[in-house]
Amino acid sequence: MSSLKKIFPVNKKDFIHAGEASIYVKNLLKSLQIDPKIIRRASICGYEGEMNVIMHGGEGSLFLEINPDKVTLDISDNGPGIENIELAMKQGYSTASERYRELGFGAGMGLPNMKNNSDEFAIESEKGKGTRVQMVFYTGGGGHAG
Amino acid sequence: MIVKELVEKLNMQVSAGEKGLDRKISEGYCGDLLSNVMGKAPEGSIWLTVQTHQNIVAVAVLREMAAIVITGGYEPDKETQEKANLEGIPLLLWDGSAFDLSGQIYSYIKAA
Ligand SMILES: Nc1ncnc2c1ncn2[C@@H]1O[C@H](COP(=O)(O)OP(=O)(O)O)[C@@H](O)[C@H]1O
Ligand SMILES: [Mg+2]
Repeated sequence: MSSLKKIFPVNKKDFIHAGEASIYVKNLLKSLQIDPKIIRRASICGYEGEMNVIMHGGEGSLFLEINPDKVTLDISDNGPGIENIELAMKQGYSTASERYRELGFGAGMGLPNMKNNSDEFAIESEKGKGTRVQMVFYTGGGGHAG
Repeated sequence: MIVKELVEKLNMQVSAGEKGLDRKISEGYCGDLLSNVMGKAPEGSIWLTVQTHQNIVAVAVLREMAAIVITGGYEPDKETQEKANLEGIPLLLWDGSAFDLSGQIYSYIKAA
């Protein structure tokens, strides 16, 4: 089985389309009969990643790759970047505005939730250049038996 | 219990997403912080929130929720209704408090 790849644009302030890429990914994984627990985790990660690009990032995309043994989400944007990644990864840390917080965003749980719900997590960011978060979910498939 | 039965029992207002009224409610969740709801709400939940903007529909779809109830007498944005219709997620309105509504729903779905 070869790999399946898809790319979805995700852009700053685009609240109208927020979550659509993740909903598409979820439906696709479901149609491929991936374990619901993995779909749940990938949905959480996709959603949080999309919201970060929309709230804090710039122009970007969510890239999905499905292989027999794993699902990869690679979310990147060319926005302002993150100055202190260690701080950004802390539960509860958020630079979201008061307005965003009133809307229920800015809990500072996005990046920690993405890390906790993926099997592999990597974040790269450079101030003024952008941010990239890569997450891998192992599906237990191997292409062969088991 | 399906959403429609609960709507009838409690005389709730259906604001949008009618085509999802036959979804099954098996759980419930209350929350206004979207990351918390996204991370913790069980599948099949009826979700009580005071948030009214369109992003709540994406959260409900991704978490495979049964329905959203906007409590406290707030009105959903037009975009939220449109999304709920598109996705078939019932968007219900409740004038009273989340506490009061939770208690009533609990007696139907958990204590049954
Ligand atoms: N794509 C991004 N571009 C710029 N900054 C980001 C990006 N993603 C996250 N951040 C920064 O990391 C912080 C923590 O992110 P997160 O844990 O998702 O919490 P929240 O989104 O609720 O603020 C954000 O407040 C923001 O300062
Ligand atoms: Mg976030």
